[in-house]
Amino acid sequence: MQFLPELTLLGAGLIIFMVSLGKSNAATTKNIAIGLGAAVFGATLLSYCAEGKLFYGAYQVDLFSQVFKTLIAGAMLGVLILGHNLKGIAEKVHPEYYLFLFMSVLGLMMLVSSVELISIFVALELSSFAVYIMVPMRDDEGKFRFQMEAGIKYLLFGVTATGFMLFGMSYMYGLTGSTDLATIIAKYSTMWTHPAYVISMMMVLGGFFYKLAIFPFHFWVPDVYEGASNETTAFIATVPKLAATAILIRLISQISGDGQVMINVLLLCAVASMFYGNLSALVQKDVKRMLGFSGIAHAGFVLLGILTFQITGYANAMYYIIGYVLMNLACFLVLCNVSEKGENVMIEDLSGLHKRSPLMAFTLAVGLFALAGIPPFVGFMGKFMLLTGALKEGYLLVVILAAINTAIAIYYYLSVIRITYCSDPEERALVTPSTLTSATSVLLLLVIVFMGVSPQRFVDFASTAVQTIM
Amino acid sequence: MDQLLINPDYPHILSTLIFLPLAGAILLLFIRNEYFARYWALGVTCLTAILSIPLLRAFDMSTSKFQFVEQVSWIKSLNIQYVIGIDGISILLIMLTTLIMPLCVLASWTYIKTRVQAFMVCLLIMETAMLGVFCALDFVLFYVLWEAMLIPMYMLIGIWGGPRKIYASVKFFLYTLAGSVMLLVAIIWLYINNGYSFFIPDMMWQNYSSTAQIFLFLAFFLAFAIKVPMFPFHTWLPAAHVEAPTAGSVILASVLLKMGTYGFLRFAIPITPEATMTLAPAILWLSIAGIMYGGFTALAQNDMKKLIAYSSVGHMGFVTLGIFVLNTQGVEGAILQMINHGITTGALFLCIGMIYERTHSRELSDAMGLGKHMPIYATFLAFFSLSSFGFPGTNSFVGEFMIIAGTFEHSIVLALACIPGAVLAAAYMLRMLQKIIWGGTNNPDQSKMMDLNVREIVTLAPFLFFVFWIGLGAQPFIDLIHVSVENLLNNYHGITSQAVAVTELIIH
Repeated sequence: MQFLPELTLLGAGLIIFMVSLGKSNAATTKNIAIGLGAAVFGATLLSYCAEGKLFYGAYQVDLFSQVFKTLIAGAMLGVLILGHNLKGIAEKVHPEYYLFLFMSVLGLMMLVSSVELISIFVALELSSFAVYIMVPMRDDEGKFRFQMEAGIKYLLFGVTATGFMLFGMSYMYGLTGSTDLATIIAKYSTMWTHPAYVISMMMVLGGFFYKLAIFPFHFWVPDVYEGASNETTAFIATVPKLAATAILIRLISQISGDGQVMINVLLLCAVASMFYGNLSALVQKDVKRMLGFSGIAHAGFVLLGILTFQITGYANAMYYIIGYVLMNLACFLVLCNVSEKGENVMIEDLSGLHKRSPLMAFTLAVGLFALAGIPPFVGFMGKFMLLTGALKEGYLLVVILAAINTAIAIYYYLSVIRITYCSDPEERALVTPSTLTSATSVLLLLVIVFMGVSPQRFVDFASTAVQTIM
Repeated sequence: MDQLLINPDYPHILSTLIFLPLAGAILLLFIRNEYFARYWALGVTCLTAILSIPLLRAFDMSTSKFQFVEQVSWIKSLNIQYVIGIDGISILLIMLTTLIMPLCVLASWTYIKTRVQAFMVCLLIMETAMLGVFCALDFVLFYVLWEAMLIPMYMLIGIWGGPRKIYASVKFFLYTLAGSVMLLVAIIWLYINNGYSFFIPDMMWQNYSSTAQIFLFLAFFLAFAIKVPMFPFHTWLPAAHVEAPTAGSVILASVLLKMGTYGFLRFAIPITPEATMTLAPAILWLSIAGIMYGGFTALAQNDMKKLIAYSSVGHMGFVTLGIFVLNTQGVEGAILQMINHGITTGALFLCIGMIYERTHSRELSDAMGLGKHMPIYATFLAFFSLSSFGFPGTNSFVGEFMIIAGTFEHSIVLALACIPGAVLAAAYMLRMLQKIIWGGTNNPDQSKMMDLNVREIVTLAPFLFFVFWIGLGAQPFIDLIHVSVENLLNNYHGITSQAVAVTELIIH
């Protein structure tokens, strides 16, 4: 029971591998993949209350990890549904694509439960390497090959970040003589003033900052978002961020005592992410690039929640990242549908979307307004609670800077909404979402509004989950 | 919670008013029929208006407490409540909103030809948000509605607006949002320094430090001055007004602008009285600048909507002037003038919209000499124009008179400085009126113009009724607001005289 979701994922990978050996048409593969995705989601729900330690204490199953696994499985199912046509991937490699997707998710799920340096490293690499392959799998019919550039960039930046992390881990081991997180943290909490401890921790965090795209580990974002197919980008923009937030909360929540140097550095990272992301997003023409930069800014907000070192702060960060994933799924759902053959969607391509498909236009508008932090959507509540938490800790300046960022960000979100609603289609084709897609988008809309209007139970729940790891 | 008064006879009246339009909007989402959408929106707004009448009857004029209070916990962990209630400052604004909305629906009856259903949904959501803003007694509730309102208003301008609608709508949205982000920080600061509560009445009349008050006041000022809009933050207004459809302009002029001045009265003065005292002179002179600037620019306009929009800048200058002289006459005059401006300017925008529907032009030169062919229209327009520059016997005269009287009490220099503004108002309104009714020797051919039909007369008549009611017998309206204003000013003078005494003590 404790390992059920991971086993299901492995099984799903095997089944898809079998499928890839034979010759199945795209529709069958798709249905199998969505079915398997649902099965994994079901498995996470089943093992929801499981608890315990596996693999000689390297693998911890608790409410916190199970909640995140459920979220990861849910987000994966969302990605599978919204990109179900896999327009941007050559048909003959569809099964392989799904195989790597499942493997990457397996890595992420393991990451959430890992409490030992080596297992963290293995899980992270498993999830990364699968995605390194997914990025260049895009089929642009031999035209530009910019997916190759994106793949190489993703790989190189990823390897660099991993290098940092491994270096940091070696320090950690050297300083404490253990690879077990609990032992390490116990030693660290008394030694925060030593530069070696701070630096090693920062370097380890760097590996996760890379996944979450926090300044200064964000450089891969725009090119990879642009170069990868829409479906892959939807995956990269959502699922790994959940796992990265989880492991960040797990690591940082253990830091106690006087970690002021760390806090200052992290605050700087958060603010720099916000400004860098928002200012760069202002001038983008490609919607995916824009969402990439906006993702950097949002990661800064998540970090702001984690930095409060309070249970409510972590719970807020959890709430925020869940909201972020939902909003992003809504946006990518529209992008994948608007894109006719899997090409990138420019902002002009959304012209008159309200006439071409009212539901898609509405979904996009709600998703973007929510990302911008306009009430009554989940983005506003998330930001509001994060800012409240940060101000309680006395970070007045940071809160003011974050508020200014909200004002900057609205411009680029609004310019997309403006194109969607206030311009004519000019002979662009109609967009006809399938029933499954429409149902998913309505569901996303409802959850985005509901979480925004009544956040209480979600935050309570998140607090309960966080308390299990404290 | 001694500031609250629960009226057991009307347990949920405010919630009903707030959520009825929203419910109507949600139902309307599922029905795709233009005719039905029009009648449905009219029905819902009329019902809201009728339901708001008992508020007036049951309103207790002898207390400054918040009445018709409803209180439910909303987000427990942050101590955010759904708490609403009204006092003398907000009741007239609530009535103005509920009564003006059916007329907005009527004004869009034939004006809006595309996506009628979506338009009506936006109007209804606007009504919910506007009523909520005036009722909210929890700062987060207030902020949520204050921001949420931007979306439907943005849509109203951006989808159904004129040729430069995109520029106008984006400018409107960005300006307002940028102004209110610091308000959010101020709200959180107040929450933390107030025993973790967002309850607005508890935030009032507290002794925050002078520095904190100055910063809070600046945050409030930025948000509210942009909404009013005060000179020099007014540049979004002409753009938004000109491009918005008639109903959008009416809502903008009649209700949205009032939220800024309402914010000053509800938040800036009670929460930061010391800062108000320190900064009031600057705001008074900004108001004068706004009055003069609005007047002169209005005088130079050939676009009728722009003319009215700039006249709004001038009129709202009078309102902020009245608020920040901080005496009974000034503040009461300001609140009355908020209502008057809502009535008169709303009606003028409707009048311009009616010409626009016929000629598809807002140019003054295209509308010259209409009086001969549209006598009923000319009559309405004449009364509203007279009212706009404060002709005795009309509503604005009372308001402006009270404001100027209050200003004289405060400072003669200021009062003298604002008098030319009143003269300017007469100049630009009479110029417009003269051109529309008589024009000159080179009038365009207006003989094919149809006079107002019954629907249009029905739309304008209530405005005219209130122009004269307030103009000839303003006492009932002043009675409604009097006690709350007295209470506000007494508290204010109590706190500031203390502060002044302390300062003198330190100096000597």
